[in-house]
Amino acid sequence: MAILVFVESAEGKIKKTSIEAVAYAHALGGPVTAIALGAVDKAELEALGKYGAQKVLHAADEKLNQGVIQAYASVLEKALQDEGADILVLANSSLGTPVAARVATKIGASLASNVVDLPQTSGGFVVKRSIYTGKAFAWVELKNQKKVIGLRKNAAEIKEVGSAAQVTPYAVTLSDADFATHITSSEKATGEVLLPEANIVVSGGRGMKGPEHWGILEELAKTLHAATGCSKPVSDMGWRPHHEHVGQTGVKVAPQLYIAIGISGAIQHLAGVNSSKYIVVINKDPEAPFFKAADYGIVGDAFEIIPKLTEAIKAAK
Amino acid sequence: MKILVCITHVPDTTSKINFTDSNTKFDTTGVQFIIGPYDDYALARAIELKETSGATVTVLNVGLADTEPTLRKALAIGADDAIRVNAEPTDSFFVAAQIAELAKGAGYDLILMGRESIDYNSGVVHGIVAELLGIPSISPVMKLDIDGTKAKLAREIEGGKEYLEVSLPFVAGCQEPIAEWKIPNMRGIMSARTKPLKVVEPKTVDSGVKLQKFELPPPKGSVKMIPADNVGELVNLLKNEAKVL
Repeated sequence: MAILVFVESAEGKIKKTSIEAVAYAHALGGPVTAIALGAVDKAELEALGKYGAQKVLHAADEKLNQGVIQAYASVLEKALQDEGADILVLANSSLGTPVAARVATKIGASLASNVVDLPQTSGGFVVKRSIYTGKAFAWVELKNQKKVIGLRKNAAEIKEVGSAAQVTPYAVTLSDADFATHITSSEKATGEVLLPEANIVVSGGRGMKGPEHWGILEELAKTLHAATGCSKPVSDMGWRPHHEHVGQTGVKVAPQLYIAIGISGAIQHLAGVNSSKYIVVINKDPEAPFFKAADYGIVGDAFEIIPKLTEAIKAAK
Repeated sequence: MKILVCITHVPDTTSKINFTDSNTKFDTTGVQFIIGPYDDYALARAIELKETSGATVTVLNVGLADTEPTLRKALAIGADDAIRVNAEPTDSFFVAAQIAELAKGAGYDLILMGRESIDYNSGVVHGIVAELLGIPSISPVMKLDIDGTKAKLAREIEGGKEYLEVSLPFVAGCQEPIAEWKIPNMRGIMSARTKPLKVVEPKTVDSGVKLQKFELPPPKGSVKMIPADNVGELVNLLKNEAKVL
């Protein structure tokens, strides 16, 4: 049961969710080959060995520096064949999920995305998926010999199980059809903790009263090495960019800690955060529905509490 | 230009989720069904394109007869005709295979749908449809402009946006802010009653996945309130009780 893991990178560094995918594949038990496409730091690739990859392939063709869905799907199809792998594991993301769809179709695999845990294998290969935007789970049997598994954050625990792996260059043959979509440019926040990857998220809502007040929230986020998020009204009003919108129709997060400040907790917002391990709610309204979904709550003025909280965290470190 | 918009029939975002038949069936008691919110964005953009460049818009749903009011709503919003594939939408591959079967050779220039359904949350149907048809797929799309046989799009990526160009035809999984949701007006509702709604039988598909059971998450424990003048206590709890700092 050889397993191939597609690992994604950002700014040359392997994404944490992709390391989780390697850990997941290792836990499944087969020989694990990881493959990275485009420019990635070599040391980062070697380090994948520590988390369970016996072998690391690197398709460094510069055409792959941009995440083109069809081209990536073609490369992965070929790599599965070359490695004799029946299972492809990857992290769900804006690139990983559509790539998984195409690869699974190409190879006739059983496909499951949004998988949250290791499979049960006593009677068939049964995975647990998150459905209804985090409100429920489905246990789904993947019946085909070939399987493509897309993971949600925290589906596997990262552990050091080996030592650095050898990185093998992987030559690819790409056709024009693979590049039918042409990426003309991109804009991306650099040096920030990415929201879907973050262990801690600090989110602000309308209670922050305006974009000019985000400084104290960013200061708190920086102290916690956290990503910043926001509620839908905040992104709708243009106080914060759309990619920070957490909720039913925005980003779904699954951090260890979610701190919601000045967010009342509409059910659509909760749908984006209900996979968080711990939730802290700070709101001046004691009746805010968010308190019912929280682990810890403070009723009070955000503008007084946030700076104090930042100081207290600095002092505790 | 011919546009196919694929919509899902899903529980309203405020619905409480419950299951029956020993956790193998979704409990529809008291649940309001809507057009999937992401699909609604796709539909709204299709109607805008129809208004600006004279496209025809067909809406498609894979579902049993109880989903017809949802299709009629899409017709009221402005779609020209509707197709219902008469089958339970059991999984992504099954649904995608039905869409591809209907789209094959039908000459659609654009196939739009939501980035994902809000019930199964797979986010893969657009990719499977496109692969089955051998055309490009782009998701999640937040901006879509058509210029002749070419399209310019913006796609959301983690921490930002990516701008792309592609030739028609292609499949797009849509999300906000591609267009503003449209609310049907009275004339739309009246005309929707007489617009064509075709029912077709599904193609047999072995999708390789089988649902075994549903499960609800464990109930949340009660919240621990901390006085506003004692944030130190919150830090203490996060550090020593939750162990997340």
